[in-house]
Parts: sequence; structure tokens; C-alpha cells
Amino acid sequence: MDFNPLDPNYLPWLIPVPPLISFALIVLFVGRSKFWSHILALTAVIISWVISWGVYLQVAYGIENFGAAVYGNSIDWLDLGETTFKMGVVVDPLTAIMLFMVPLAILMIFIYSIGYMNAYPEDDAHQKRSARFFAYLSLFAGAMLTLVVADNLLLLFVGWEVMGLCSYLLIGFLIEKKSANQAAVKAFMTTRVADVLMLVGIGYLYAMTGTLNFREIMYVNHGEMLEMLAEADAPLFGMSAAALIGILLVMGTVGKSSQFPLHVWLPDAMEGPTPVSAMIHAAAMVSAGVYMIIRMYPLLSAGGNPHAGDYTEPLMLMGVVGSFTALFAAVLGVGQDDVKRVLAYSTISQLGFMVAALGIGAYVAAAFHLITHAFFKALLFMSSGAVIHAMEHGEHHAHGHDAHGHDDHGHHELPHGAYGQLHAFEGEEIPEWNTTMVPDGIVLDYVADPNNVRYMGGLLNRIPITALAFAAGGLSLAGFPLVTAGFWSKDEILADALLVGLGDGNFYWLHVLVFVSLIIAATFTAFYTGRLWLMTFWGRPRSAAAEHATLMAGGVDDHKLAEVPYYLRWQKVLRDDEYVDDHLKGKSQLQKFFAVYRDSFPMQLPLVILSFFAIFAGFVGIHPDFWFLKIFTGENNYFKNFLAPTIVESIEVPDFSIVPVLFSFAAALGGLTAAWFVYGAQPIKAGQKDPVHNLIGDSAWAALQNRFYLDTLFLRAFYVPFEWFGRVVTYRWIDKETIDELLFMFADGAVWIGEAIKRLNYVVIDGVGDGIPRLIGMFGGWFRNIQSGRVQQYMLFVAAAALMLGTLLVALAL
Amino acid sequence: MLEIGGTEVNLLTILVFLPLIGASIISILPRRSANLARYMALGFSLVVAVMAVVIFIETWNKDLAPGEFAYENQIEWFSLIGSSWHVGVDGISASMILLTALLTPLAVLIAFEHDEHPFAVMALFLFMETGMLGVFAAMDMLVFFLFYELGLVPMYFIIYIWGGENRDYASRKFFIYTMAASLGLLLAIQLIAFVVGDRTGQTLTFDMQTWMDVWPDLSTQSSVLGFSAQTVKWLALLAFAVAFGLKIPIWPFHTWLPDAHTEAPTAGSMLLAGVLLKLGAYGFLRLAIPLFPLEWVQIRTLRILGVEFQAVEVLAAFAMLSIVFGAFTAWAQDDFKRLIAYSSVNHMGFVAMGLAVFAAVYGVQFALSQNQPDLVLDALEHAVKEEDVATYLLPEEIGGRSAESLIETSSTKSVIAYRKLMDIEDGVTVTCGGAEVQASQIITDNVRTCDVSSFPRLEKERHHATVAANGAVLQMFNHGLSAAGMFLLVGALYHKAHTRDLRRFGGLWHLVPVYGAVLVFMSMASLGLPGLNGFVGEYLVVAGSFPVKGFEVYVLISMVGLLITGAYILKGLQKVLHGPVNPEWQHYHEHHHSLEISFRELLAVAPLMILIVITGLYPNWILPVINDSVSAMFAAVIGG
Repeated sequence: MDFNPLDPNYLPWLIPVPPLISFALIVLFVGRSKFWSHILALTAVIISWVISWGVYLQVAYGIENFGAAVYGNSIDWLDLGETTFKMGVVVDPLTAIMLFMVPLAILMIFIYSIGYMNAYPEDDAHQKRSARFFAYLSLFAGAMLTLVVADNLLLLFVGWEVMGLCSYLLIGFLIEKKSANQAAVKAFMTTRVADVLMLVGIGYLYAMTGTLNFREIMYVNHGEMLEMLAEADAPLFGMSAAALIGILLVMGTVGKSSQFPLHVWLPDAMEGPTPVSAMIHAAAMVSAGVYMIIRMYPLLSAGGNPHAGDYTEPLMLMGVVGSFTALFAAVLGVGQDDVKRVLAYSTISQLGFMVAALGIGAYVAAAFHLITHAFFKALLFMSSGAVIHAMEHGEHHAHGHDAHGHDDHGHHELPHGAYGQLHAFEGEEIPEWNTTMVPDGIVLDYVADPNNVRYMGGLLNRIPITALAFAAGGLSLAGFPLVTAGFWSKDEILADALLVGLGDGNFYWLHVLVFVSLIIAATFTAFYTGRLWLMTFWGRPRSAAAEHATLMAGGVDDHKLAEVPYYLRWQKVLRDDEYVDDHLKGKSQLQKFFAVYRDSFPMQLPLVILSFFAIFAGFVGIHPDFWFLKIFTGENNYFKNFLAPTIVESIEVPDFSIVPVLFSFAAALGGLTAAWFVYGAQPIKAGQKDPVHNLIGDSAWAALQNRFYLDTLFLRAFYVPFEWFGRVVTYRWIDKETIDELLFMFADGAVWIGEAIKRLNYVVIDGVGDGIPRLIGMFGGWFRNIQSGRVQQYMLFVAAAALMLGTLLVALAL
Repeated sequence: MLEIGGTEVNLLTILVFLPLIGASIISILPRRSANLARYMALGFSLVVAVMAVVIFIETWNKDLAPGEFAYENQIEWFSLIGSSWHVGVDGISASMILLTALLTPLAVLIAFEHDEHPFAVMALFLFMETGMLGVFAAMDMLVFFLFYELGLVPMYFIIYIWGGENRDYASRKFFIYTMAASLGLLLAIQLIAFVVGDRTGQTLTFDMQTWMDVWPDLSTQSSVLGFSAQTVKWLALLAFAVAFGLKIPIWPFHTWLPDAHTEAPTAGSMLLAGVLLKLGAYGFLRLAIPLFPLEWVQIRTLRILGVEFQAVEVLAAFAMLSIVFGAFTAWAQDDFKRLIAYSSVNHMGFVAMGLAVFAAVYGVQFALSQNQPDLVLDALEHAVKEEDVATYLLPEEIGGRSAESLIETSSTKSVIAYRKLMDIEDGVTVTCGGAEVQASQIITDNVRTCDVSSFPRLEKERHHATVAANGAVLQMFNHGLSAAGMFLLVGALYHKAHTRDLRRFGGLWHLVPVYGAVLVFMSMASLGLPGLNGFVGEYLVVAGSFPVKGFEVYVLISMVGLLITGAYILKGLQKVLHGPVNPEWQHYHEHHHSLEISFRELLAVAPLMILIVITGLYPNWILPVINDSVSAMFAAVIGG
């Protein structure tokens, strides 16, 4: 085979490689160097990003009939019988879209991470283990990019699982912190439940088709293989093979994309440093789950037609699970006080939107929402990280640099503070985790002070750029009409559900279910987003930390600066010596910039860039008949036209109608307005109860904050009995008390027999054996008596014998 | 070149005996410098490793025909009883020899830590290497058995002399338990040697290939030593299966393993887990399955309960229990080494599962080639899906109805049900081969009268079984790497901390950053993280087993074990590395010595890590040679 290094077909191989190399280099060579690990990691990601966008531009504008023609390359990977399993990469439209989003988001996260990690005090664990952090992050990025360019399910699964490992390592990044480790184990184990099922699905798919290549299964020969799979009977549950494989694969997504009931790991995953949350919840891991089912959609829908109300089993599963999750998590999002946990529930909810969308066959809408969500959720997480940092700085500032300050906020173990008592419900002991490993929800519901929105308020004036970026992301999440990306993608899902489900006099139950759940969920989403932003940034500060919150690295006269309008501050700092501390007076602007904005610049630059995408990324996917689009671009639905050739089946998008748009308007605006009246018009004061808390009462509020006790239930229903089964049943009862006891019985029996034989020897054989010598001895002893050597005795014997012989002879003769 | 009895001694023979020569030299060395013994042992094992690599590469490059072996070497030895020194390798044994020869130098390197009797320990390790290599190379059953037992002796002494506190119990349990199982094996070997010798006009023969030609074909109607051949074969299979199953070890014969592993010194555990366990699996693949193809799939009735079962079902069920119970039990351990020991039960369960699938399909394939209708029917009960039975066995039409429609009317879709169905349909006649035939006789007639060679060759099933068997062998190799690595790491910590109690560790990652990273890596390999080696084998076993009829449930239940694998691996990691630092260790390095992994240990674990990554990313460096041998086993049956 000719190898032409300039052949663009080889390019996709290169995309995941740089971060993987940087991972290896950091681990092997610069494990202690903060500086070099930053440089290596960032360089690698930039290279990946450049190649990815290069490939994207090339396929988007350089290939005729893209979709039928793709970039791809593969190598022989496993010889199995007479066949060979090939491992390779492919860039088709879906991959291309991911290649646009993923590397960009990852790059932003890397830049942000540099600022984020640096913003910790010098002696903090985050600083000391910075190199390790970037190594993990690089591996994570490499795995995600591998997953994106994979041309088969097995390579996808490799990336999928390596990401699972990375998330385990990153969530448990603060290794001395028990709750972090428990959260890491929980994340790993919960997703593993799903992964082992997915593995069976992959194995079964391979066995049925002899390949795992996406295009061979779903594209070549117009999906001939899909028909075969839809007709073949599966060995279990009377389903078709396609349905069984589909369900097993969807289970993988339920775990990875954190759908009910396997969503429990994700809120706990907030234990990781914030860039990790952005990585897990936006660019990479959870998106991977949805990406996989989008990728496998033709298989999942094989044998059915969701657009005509004919759902296959996997589609039903997705529709029901997705819509329930969307609603369930949106409700929970209302009752959280941890800024990151609200976002975690919003992620679960939004992923539910995507999964539900796929369940009703809204293929394009699901992919579209995946992309826009990645942008605005990465933005939101990174903003929340900035908020938390600002709060930590404020805490420092307020309390000086005492040892008991909050620079190591991660070391709290037990709930404390004004709201701690709410978290453990009545009669509930906070469990001791010395001997067990899966965390209970209750302990983790403790909210660290810097994360707690109840202690925030008024941050708009302290960290304005972050506040605005957060607003951009939040509005997009809430689906603020017309100007945000989230609106367009969400609207497309709702439109599809409503127009197909109830259009033309149809009544398709799944569509209707999805629509009703999602519209309610969307309203809740708008409400909690509004609540979150208003609690954080609006009103007056509710704590000293919030009052002094800042992202600046120091060297600034904070109080004086606070009086300046925020858009003028950076000019004042750089130009006017009276606003900076003594040691900076008279320095050049550049020196001042590095001293003051060392951390906040790399943290806020990505926020600004992502804000752009959170607002404008939606315009590529507007329905062509919608008047709004024509004002801006006058073009067709670019996103749909680009994506559609990924699959053979032609993609139907319902005709435009204003009805679902009005619903979207009502949901978003209704939720936001309600939030404004509850939290904005009269911001809550320090120590005041949450208005929703007042509204629904203590027990319901506690239930909200404790995730409806689901984590506790799982702990008791699965972890405890499983652990007991291992410890008591298999180990003690079976191994020790049955098998080993049986062996001992055999051994004892053998010993007994041996003993018996010994006795037998003693009595019988020894008896005979010893008896003969003894008899001989006795005889000898006796015989010795007659051989005394005394002549008289001999003579006596001889005389006696002669007498006896004589008598005998006489008697015979007679 | 050296010649014995007119036959040249080849590389393989030298490979087998070189460690023994090394052991002998070391044992007569003057007891002056311990390092002399150590480096000599390392040197010998490294030379053996190089030779093994050469043999592996040569085998890789050779295109072996079915039944052909590379490096075959036959030297007259014990002609009076029909045994000769006969060795050779195919892909499976070549990879096992490679594994043995790679692990031994690393184990020797770790055994450097023994200051007590350094000469003896080095000699014993080399002695053991000869034992293991001999088993994998043997093509004569007497040689096989000899070496099979030979490996036990040094292991017994290694545990007994250098072991932990409870070594007395553990070594004795290990030795007696395995010896007891070998007794049956020895009897069975002698019996087969006699019968096969009888059929081939000799007194006795121990030649493996002669056995393969004669023994499986031995008609079950014939009588052996006055007993029916069927009974004798069944008993012989039992003897083989128990002996090898105990070695793997399959649940419920596994309890010797945690004790032996836990008490053995680190290097001993490495070889015990890395290689000795593979002897059992190798025995299955090389002997127990090809010698008794039909016995595995024949349906038997348990006298007492009247339960119908097949031997493969039992094997698969035990494999499943090994996977599930092994994982659960590992999770319950607080002794780090015991945890890893139980993980071997869990991982080797996958090997057993792959072997069961292979046995099932191999048996059916063999029955078809034997043209024995009843056997075919029995055999088909396993391994072939109902919907395929029609195409395999029936004429297209029976009594005007298509075979498939007949099957669909049966409530339980199985061959037995089908046979019963046909009984009910008595009186219906069909035309078969121009004559009117009773429908009830159709199946058996079809098998009997029609040309069996025209039957489809179970292509799908054969492919699945090949995949599963490939997975099993690869899993053997992979487990050798990762289990040896895990034991090495546990030992490295134990050697310094003098405890293995997980409850006493915690937060060590700060103190031992390098060790921590290596432990995470090795744990992930053991857990089967995709991208590392363990995953490939497990995936192949799952992918090969699930679609084979009758195995779906076993595989699905086994998935619980795979889940718990994650739990116990993470338990180990969490208890050792994570959490607040246990004050016990905080200042340990100031008073005693550092807990960090030493350079020598790092040197020993590095090759394992490299191989783990390479195998995970590109398994095709080893799989083709395995695949060729597995496929050749099928080809031998079809070709015959």
C-alpha cells in the first residue's frame, strides 16, 4: 500500500494524537513542572484544534457530495478466523460538526484551566499538582477526539472508557479529600453499569454483522445490514436483534449521558475542579453518550419509522427516559444552592432533551442541541468557576490570610453552616465511610461556602465580565427567544415533537409525551436559570466574601476601585497609579497587567469567546421558512443540510408553524419572568429562607435538596446488598464455610483413615509382626534356660531322655 | 550440533532444558556471593527469553498447516512404553512459551529481594521455568505429565520456604490439592495410552498426535477393558477436566489459589498467577477439548435428579460463577494480595467461558464430521440456534409444510422439542430421495441417509467459537501480564510496609507518586480498560460467546462480574492511594525507608507496562498466530 503523507485521508488519525503525546510527555518527563506542563498541554490542544478545523473547512467546502464521500482510513487490528477486524477513522458530516465544536471547547477549557489553577494560592494542592491535572486533561481531550474520529464502535468505546478513567481521576483530583474520591468511584461505577451492557451490545452487533464499522452497518448498500438486523430474532425477550442491540447501546448512553436512573453520579462529579466540570458536562464525556446514539440512530430506529408513530423499542426507551429525565432534573435544579450543582442538573435535563429528541426521530434537532448546549454549558461552568474563585478571594480578603481561611475549601468533611441541618433528614445518621466505598447522597449534599449561592449576591459589580458571560450562557440555557442559540435548538426539538405528534390529525403518544414533558421542563429551566443568575449576581452581597469577591490577583486598591464604573476599571488600573498598591506604582502597563490580571485574563478570555458562540451558534440551524432567519442570513437551514447526508435515510423536517415557537416563547419568558418576580424584584437577604422553600414547605424542599433521596435508595438497594453478598455469601459462606470446610472434611477423613490404618498397623500388623519376634524371643528365652552350660543338668536331661526312650522302646516291643 | 540417539537436538529442546542447566550450575556454585547466583539466574532466564522470542517470531512467520507443528523434535526416550521426547510448538504454545520466558526474568529480578538462601531460590525459579516450558512444548503425553507435575515441586518449596506467615498451610494445600487432581489425570493418561496403543498395534503409546487421530474417533459402541467406551471416555474426560479446571482455577475448585498466592513470595505469586494458572487452560485447549469432542456436547442425565445436562453447560456455568463470585469475593477482601488473588479467579473465568464456547461448537462440528446422527442431534442441542436447525438438518419440505413453519409451531424451539413434534406428526409421509418416508423418521433419516458432507459447516458458529477461543488465549496472555504486574506491585508495597491490610493504608499517593501512577496503570489494565490489553481478550470472549445458543444468559450474568471487577479494583486503589494520609505512614520514610517503588522493581514492571500498552493498542502483533492455531483446530476436523 502506498503511503502518501499528504493524503487528507490520514489527517483524522492526527487529531487525537497531540494531546495523547502531551499526556505521555508530561507524565514521563515534566511531572513536577507547572510551566512546562502548561506549555505542552496547550500546544498539543492548539495543534489538534488547527487540524480539526482544517479538516472541517476542507470537508465543508472541499468535497463534492460530502456524506457519500468521506475522509477515512483504517488498519488491520485483529485477525479473527478468516476475517480481520479493522480499526480506523472517518470524517463524515456528523464527525465534521463535532470536530468544529469539540476541539474549540477543549481549547477554551485548557486556556481557562491555566488561569483557574494559577488562581489558587501557591501552596494549594491545585498548584502543586498542576502538571498532573494537565496530564489528565490532555488524556481526556485525546480520548474524546479519538471517540469523535472513530469509524467503528470499538474505537469509540475505547475513547469512551478512557474518558471514564479520566473523569474518575479528575473528579478525585484532590486525593486526600474523601468526598472527592467517593464521588469519583460513584461516577466510575455508575457509568460502568451501563458500559458492561453496552459492551454486550457491541459484542452482539459484531457477532450479527461481522463488523462494527459505522458506515458498513448503516450506510453501505442503503442499510442492507439494518434490515437484516431488524428481521433477525434476538435470543432474549422476543425482540429483533436490532432492538436488543439498540437497547443495550442506549443503556450505555443512559449511564454516560447521565439519564435517569443512572444520573446519580453527575451532581457528585462537581467535586472535581471546575474546568473538569466543563470538560465532563460540555465538551466531552456526557456529549459522547448523545453523540453515540446520534451516530447509531439508523440502527436504533431500524424496523420502525418514528415520523409515522411507529417506534422501535430503543426509540421508546429513549423517548420515555429522556423526557422523564429532562423534567425530573429540571425540577431538582430549582432546589439547589450549589452554583455548580444547579448547572449539573441543568446538564442532566438538557441531555434528556437530546435523548428524548432522538427517541422521536428528531435527528437533526438532537445534534443541533448537542452543539449549542456544549457551547453554552461550557461557558456556564467556566463562569461558575470564576464566581467560585472570586468568592474564595473575597473570603481571603475579608478574613485576612489566616490559616483557617478558605484557601483549602476542599477539606471540609461534614456539613456545617446555616443550612447544613437541612440536608440530613430526620433520624438520618450521617454514615461513616471508612469501610465502604460508594458515597451516600446525604453527605455530599453539603455545599461548600464559596459555591453556595446563598452567600453570594451583588457579584455583578464585582466580576462584571463573568456576570455578563454567565448571563449569555444562562439566557441561552433558558432559551431566551430569538437571540440565543439555546432557543433555536430547543425550539427545533419542541417543534418536531408537536408538529409530527399532533400534526395532520395524528396522535403519536411518544411525541406528545415528549412535547408535554419538555415544555414543562423548559419552563422550569428558565426559572432556575433566572434564579441562579439573580441569586449570584443581583441584589446586595449576602456575605463578606461576596462583598470582597474579585478575580484580580492582587496589588489593587479594591475599595477605591469599587467606586469606578466597571467598564472603566481596567483603564484605571493600568493607567492610574493611585488605584494600585505601592509595589506596582510606576510600573509599565504591561507589568501591571501581568500582576493584576494574571489569572483573570486566561479565565475570562474563553468566556468572551464562548459567549459569542452561545449567542450566535443558533443561527446556522433556523428553519428556512422562519422570517427571522431571512433578516440575518437569507440562507437555507445550513445545519440540517450539512448534517443530513450522514445517514442514508432522508431526513424530514416538518413544515414551519408558528405554534411551537409560541410555546417556546411562553416557556422561556414565563420561567424567566417568574424568576424575576421571585428573586429579582426583591432579592433575598442574608439568612432569609428561599422563597420557593417557603412556598413548598420544609419537607419538600429537603427532598429537593436531597435529590428525592434517590441516591440513598440506590445505596441501600444495591450497594449494601451487593457488598453483603460479596463479603458474607461468596466469601464467608461459600468459600470459607462450604468449599473449604468440605476440603477440610476430606482432609480430616484422610487423616482419620491414616490414623485408623496406623492403629491397624499397631494392632494387627504390628501385632503379628511384633508377635512373631516376641514368640521367637520367648522361645529363645525359654530355650536359653536349657542351654545353661551346666554339665550336671545336661546329664540329667540325657538320663531323662534315655529313660523315656527306653520306656518307649519297651512299650513298643511289648 | 548436539545429537542424541541420532537425532539432532533443536532450539526448543535446548530452550526447555537451559533453565534446568542454569539451576544445576547455581546450586553447585560456591556459596560466596549471593549476587553471583542472582545475576547468573537473570542471565540464564534472559537467554531463554531471547530464544523464546526467536521461536515466537519463527512460528509467526511459518504458515503452519493444520496439525503441523514448528520446531518439532523427536528423540528416542522410553520406547519400551511408547513414549519419546517429542516437542513442538504451534501458535498457542508459542505465545505461552513467550509469556513464560518473559515473566521469568522479571520474577527473578523481583526474587533478588530474598536474602535467605539466595542460591536455592534462584535455582528453584529456573527449575520451575523448565517445568512450565516443558508443558507448553510437550507433544508426548508422558512428557506433558512429567513437566506438569515438575512445576509443582519448586513452587511448593518457594511458598514453603520464602512464604508468609501461613505458608505451611498454604503450601501444603496447594501441593496436595493439585496432586490429588493429577492422580485422576495420570490414570486417564495411562488408560488412553493403553487403548490407543492397543488400536495402533503397540503396547502403549503416549504420542499426542496419535491420540488425536485415534481416541476421539473411537466408536462409543466398542468396549474398553470390558467397560463401554462411552463410560470410559466420560470418566476420562472428568479426570482431565477436574485436573485442568483446578489449575485454571474454575469455581468451585479455586480455594487453594488465594491461600497459595497470598502466602507465596512476590516473585512466586507472579509466576503462579502469570504462568501456572495458564497450564490448566492450555490443557483444556490442547487436550481436554480435542480428545473428547463428543463427550462435551452429549446430553447426559443425572441419575439422581434426572436433570439433563451437557458437559459444556457445566463448564460454562462454572466459568460464569468464577467470574461473578470471584469478583464479589475479591471485593470483600481486606488483604490487598488476597484481593488480587481472587481477581485471578474472576479473570480466568473469562478464559473458561471462551473455552466452553469453543468446546460446544467444536463438539458439534466433530459430530457432523463423524456422521453419527444421534450425536449430531445431541450436539446440536447446544451451539446452534433454532432458526438455523432447519437449514442444517431438514429437507426443505416435510408433509407439504416448510421446515421452518413446523418449527414455529413448536412451543419450545429446540431440537428435542422438534424431535417430539415429529413424533406427533406420525403418519405423515414425505418424499425423500424418491421414496415415501415417515415424517417422524425424517431427521434421523436425513442425517443417516442423506449426504452429511453436504451439511453446512456451521460457519457462523465456527466463527463465533474462533473469536471466543482467540479471546480466551489472548486473555491468558493478558492476564499473565497484568496479574504478574499487580502481584509485583502489591509485593513492592508489602516488602516495604510489611503489611497488606488495606484498612491500614490510605492516602499513600502523596508519599509514593511513582508507585501510585504505576498502580493506577496496572489496575486499569486488570480492570479491562479499553486501550489496554485486558479489554481485547474480554471483549472477544463476550463477542464470541453471546451469540452462541445457550450462552446468552451466562454472558449476561457474567456482566455482573465485570461490573464488580470495577468495584474491587477501585477499592484497592482507593484504600491504598486515596483519602487522608494514614498517620502511620506519614513519617515512615524518616524512621524506616521510603515506601516508593525501587528502581529494580520499576525495571521489572516496565516491560509489563510496555507490553500491556502495545497489546491494548495493536493486539494483532500476537493474535494472528493464535488465530491460525485455533482455526487450524477446526480445519483439522472439517478436513477429516
